[in-house]
Amino acid sequence: MDILVCLKRVPLAGSTFLLTPDSRDINTDFLGFGISPHEENAVEAGVQLVEQMGGTLTLLTLGPTDAEEQLRTQLAIGATRGILLETEGEDWDPQATAAALVEAINAEETKFDLILFGAESADSAGYQIHIRVAHALSRPIVTNVKTMKIENGIAQCERAVGSVRELYETTLPAVITVRDGLNIPRYPSVPGRIQARKKPIEHKKPEPRVPKLEKVSLSVSPSNSTGAQILGTGVEAVPALVDVLRTIGVLA
Amino acid sequence: MILVLVDHDRGELDPLSLRALTAARKLSNDIHAVVIGNDGAALSAICGEYGASILHVAQHPEITDYTPAASGRALAQLANSLKPEAVLAAGSPRGNEQLAHLATILDLPMAAECSEITLGDPHSVVRARWAANLMEQALVHSGLLIATVLAFAVEAEASPVAITVSNVDVLLEPIDLRVRILGRGGEAAKSGASLTDAKVIVSGGRGVGGPEAFSLLEELAALLDGAVGCSRVVTSSGWRPHAEQVGQTGTKVAPDLYIAAGISGAMQHIAGCKNSKTIVVINTDPEAPILAYADYAIIGDLHKVLPALTQAIKATKG
Ligand SMILES: Cc1cc2nc3c(=O)[nH]c(=O)nc-3n(C[C@H](O)[C@H](O)[C@H](O)COP(=O)(O)OP(=O)(O)OC[C@H]3O[C@@H](n4cnc5c(N)ncnc54)[C@H](O)[C@@H]3O)c2cc1C
Repeated sequence: MDILVCLKRVPLAGSTFLLTPDSRDINTDFLGFGISPHEENAVEAGVQLVEQMGGTLTLLTLGPTDAEEQLRTQLAIGATRGILLETEGEDWDPQATAAALVEAINAEETKFDLILFGAESADSAGYQIHIRVAHALSRPIVTNVKTMKIENGIAQCERAVGSVRELYETTLPAVITVRDGLNIPRYPSVPGRIQARKKPIEHKKPEPRVPKLEKVSLSVSPSNSTGAQILGTGVEAVPALVDVLRTIGVLA
Repeated sequence: MILVLVDHDRGELDPLSLRALTAARKLSNDIHAVVIGNDGAALSAICGEYGASILHVAQHPEITDYTPAASGRALAQLANSLKPEAVLAAGSPRGNEQLAHLATILDLPMAAECSEITLGDPHSVVRARWAANLMEQALVHSGLLIATVLAFAVEAEASPVAITVSNVDVLLEPIDLRVRILGRGGEAAKSGASLTDAKVIVSGGRGVGGPEAFSLLEELAALLDGAVGCSRVVTSSGWRPHAEQVGQTGTKVAPDLYIAAGISGAMQHIAGCKNSKTIVVINTDPEAPILAYADYAIIGDLHKVLPALTQAIKATKG
């Protein structure tokens, strides 16, 4: 089985954001980078399927040259090869991104049986690239999948949307987006990391397009929290906490 | 005219759709609602109450349950015939997904999770990024605006008008039906429910140190009739099941009391617990970001504080 997983390099933001002086981007000077949890689950699922059934696992990302770091990390987990669609570093809008991904997928000799995405990106969360890709490739799509079974060319997926869980079935080739909780992503091993250095990454430069959803600026949402009252240090503070639990009615 | 997708599950309204109707009224006096599937026809009264003068019921024998691809096709058919200025839906996973199909079929941009919308050429929106920790000012270059409304940006307000119902037969393409629903609900539907229903949640993070010490949290939770929650570090380390994960990609909770022990307070965790009535933190680090969101804190080692708290509560209960 030949599987493709699409990824996005994102800053690993902690609890607050700093913006660049022009307010167009996050100031990433002091941030590391990674991929979103959902995408870690997608790669893990791909690795497991290839372990069980054989085949290949290709990673595809659109991003800056530095996104090679994210591809290497995921190659270390067991993917076969990577494709990096290089940008100048700026975000592409969802239509442009989807079009570049489709172009790259169509240029492949491999006809992927399964294309996996994370359910949404950690940063822009536009909720559409996977759907645009599925339509362009005339493939069925199931989203938000938390349990997935692939057998005899059929994918059975359980998805949770709202409080309802639904079991879906579709034939491959298909596009599936997965959610955190699908599996427990493994950490790259040392031998994995060493092998990953030699795995092929193909660099391509897609033509930029004029964005139709055009980012103008960012602003940090105001937080309305005022901060905690410190009840004390260590076990000595426990009686004060018991009093609080009484005041809020949790204890009689 | 603004066309608003009113989402429902077998005729049961998604209340966020009323917020989308309210948001639409800020853009125009001429509001149409659309429901996908016959079961939605039952919602005509409520759509009228929230300002829609026509409810379009998009029907097809194969549309019984949620079929987002078919929804997209139905919406595209209506958009082409009614020529609205905008199509809106709730910024829910289902709202986002159905409008994404629509936008794809019409090859138009879509702006997800907008807190502000101004129609124009181009349209201007403010939309959520990073679980609404960042807001993006954006321009949408398209005639028809396709956008979803950020869940908590608008309060639903009634504005009753007389409503008529119009049935529309949808023409689907074979690809729209390639995904078949086999079943729904069942055991799995309950996962996470214990967390969303709990009045008290005792939640642990990396600071708990391993699966064993979660017994301290279990004991306290049992004593308070509560549930155990955790951070993503805990589930991705395999210490606890994912059903217990609180946060952006876990469960969103709003208990009376949320005790966060050994959790630093990453924004993705806060996204899942900030609606708790009272947040109590137990953390060794007086600088932990979670303190900014909490009501009370004890600075200290959870392995000592939690057992002492359990003892003290037992003592009060006699
Ligand atoms: C798109 C995206 C989605 C995400 N979704 C989620 C989500 O749904 N839920 C979630 O939780 N995370 C989520 N994350 C991950 C999140 O960013 C953090 O990595 C995670 O929440 C950190 O978990 P933690 O607080 O347990 O660990 P850490 O950040 O490592 O914090 C551990 C804390 O424990 C304290 N501590 C250590 N020892 C003790 C002790 N003995 N006693 C008391 N305190 C102690 C430390 O001072 C520290 O504050 C997501 C990330 C991304 C990018």
